[in-house]
Amino acid sequence: MTDPIVVAEGLHKSYGSTHALRGLDLTVPKGTVCGLLGPNGAGKTTAVRILATLSEPDAGHARVAGHDVVREAGEVRKRIGLAGQYAAVDEKLTGRANLRMFARLCHLSRREAHRRADELLERLGLVDAADRRVSGYSGGMRRRLDLVTSLILRPEVLFLDEPTTGLDPRSRGEIWDNVRELVAQGSTVLLTTQYLDEADQLADDIAVVDHGQVIATGTPDELKATIGDRLDVVLDDPAALRPAVTVLKALAGTDPTTSGADRLSVALPGRGLRLAEIVRELDRAGVAAADVRLRRPTLDEVFLRLTDRKELVR
Amino acid sequence: MTDLAPTLGHRLRWTFTDGLTLVGRELGRLRHDPGELVAALLFPAVMVVLFGYVFGSAIQVPDGGDYREYLMPGLFAMVTFGAVMGVMTRTATDASRGVMDRFRSMPMARSAVPFGQTGADLLTGLLMLAVMVGAGLLVGWQPHRGLIPTAQAFLLMIVLRYALSWVGVWLGLAVKNDQVADAMVPLFLPFTMLSNAFVPTDGMPGWLRLLADWNPVSALTAAARELFGNPGAPPAHVAWPLAHPVTAVLLWSAALLVIFVPLSLRAYLRNGR
Ligand SMILES: Nc1ncnc2c1ncn2[C@@H]1O[C@H](COP(=O)(O)OP(=O)(O)O)[C@@H](O)[C@H]1O
Ligand SMILES: [Mg+2]
Repeated sequence: MTDPIVVAEGLHKSYGSTHALRGLDLTVPKGTVCGLLGPNGAGKTTAVRILATLSEPDAGHARVAGHDVVREAGEVRKRIGLAGQYAAVDEKLTGRANLRMFARLCHLSRREAHRRADELLERLGLVDAADRRVSGYSGGMRRRLDLVTSLILRPEVLFLDEPTTGLDPRSRGEIWDNVRELVAQGSTVLLTTQYLDEADQLADDIAVVDHGQVIATGTPDELKATIGDRLDVVLDDPAALRPAVTVLKALAGTDPTTSGADRLSVALPGRGLRLAEIVRELDRAGVAAADVRLRRPTLDEVFLRLTDRKELVR
Repeated sequence: MTDLAPTLGHRLRWTFTDGLTLVGRELGRLRHDPGELVAALLFPAVMVVLFGYVFGSAIQVPDGGDYREYLMPGLFAMVTFGAVMGVMTRTATDASRGVMDRFRSMPMARSAVPFGQTGADLLTGLLMLAVMVGAGLLVGWQPHRGLIPTAQAFLLMIVLRYALSWVGVWLGLAVKNDQVADAMVPLFLPFTMLSNAFVPTDGMPGWLRLLADWNPVSALTAAARELFGNPGAPPAHVAWPLAHPVTAVLLWSAALLVIFVPLSLRAYLRNGR
């Protein structure tokens, strides 16, 4: 068991009558990627702002890299990096000038600042754009510059608030590669996202946030296991839909969803049922199936179930 | 533990160093965007020509001096008050684009940001004054009372400009939104016009005249006219700030600094809390 490097306990934060956080608890072990997953307005940004010392909680407390985020905010700031939705760079300066300025503000000497800027530009593949003004950058390049800016001090903990929201798939992939590379070098990353595939791709652990609270935690696999496997059936003959629904309902305990005239799908409780058993039951009811498949649920399905929403959040 | 409570000297040193880095940032922006610099410098020059020749042909100076001689101190005051708008817009842009958050999440000296912002404005202000002086000399304006009073006039402008730039920081943090800030910029013009900068206040209706006489733009204009020896010295029985314009400008500056430096620092530290 590695030490947790981010610990939040009972964080509350209200803006007027909006309760952005209602007792958020979170633990992130050192050297891992924690995905804070939640729909828009769930409180992800509010949580990150508190952990990054930009905002103070109304109640509860948090420690980052061994220091209290309110009482020892200065110490925390030396050990963190922040990028994403609400961190930014100066659009009127070049990428290189931005990095040099921020490095100077991190109290590196002039020479160190220049060296570090060059090194980071190299590492994140921004050398070609380094001497152009940021206002001419694409959205993806801007985010990557934003990301490298947060790496100047080799932070122990990196906060990424929706780092790929609004980016095209290729730019998302590039940011993902950057994050993986960072983690390989030992950084701890707390990443917020509304994209389930992003959490699935990057996170070791996921904390699902809704209405200002963490409503479930676990690895992507553990979360998927909580709602059991899914059973998909494609019928030979649409006429067998009625008996097939009856069989699946008996097996799963809940009504299956149907799509088209010949496809049924249902979440199975636990993971006890075997494929052979299912086929036998269908046979006995005289249902001929073209395809019967047991599969792990997608994180989307887990998320919908947990947050009890009717449709996907995107 | 010593790290948690750095000495005052240490903190002041970093506030100064980080402030300088931020001044450098403004210079970098100007260098990368020379168009903006040219526009900023062209504005006062255009004003000299516009007011000096277009309006000047129709306006009578009270004791019969040259209108452009009368006008230049007013334009100097106008440019000085531009500090409020410039700093407000830059601060609001930083606040709304997240740059301010980045500063606040870094281990830099906290109050360096407003100090850097106001320090940078001082440099742009000096540059604009220089251009104005050039433009003024070209259209026939000149100081008549020698080196010391002339230097005193420019010093007054610089002191008031610096105080005004803190009003800009506070406003920028209050609006927090660069679009709102941009929308507020045009308000600046009526504010500076409601003064003795372009016409004497004598002819205005009583209530308007009261506002104009107490407008700090008027005090700075009157002080500059006095120190440059330009026409338009107020008659004896005017409002107090115009009878003692130099003292009035110094008092205005002190009052603005005393009020807006703490307010701005507080607003900066609490921004987004
Ligand atoms: N500065 C603020 N002022 C008022 N309400 C806010 C502020 N920041 C966040 N909120 C509200 O708090 C809730 C949580 O917001 P946020 O943390 O930004 O959610 P997320 O990042 O998960 O989308 C939302 O209802 C949002 O409107
Ligand atoms: Mg958010």
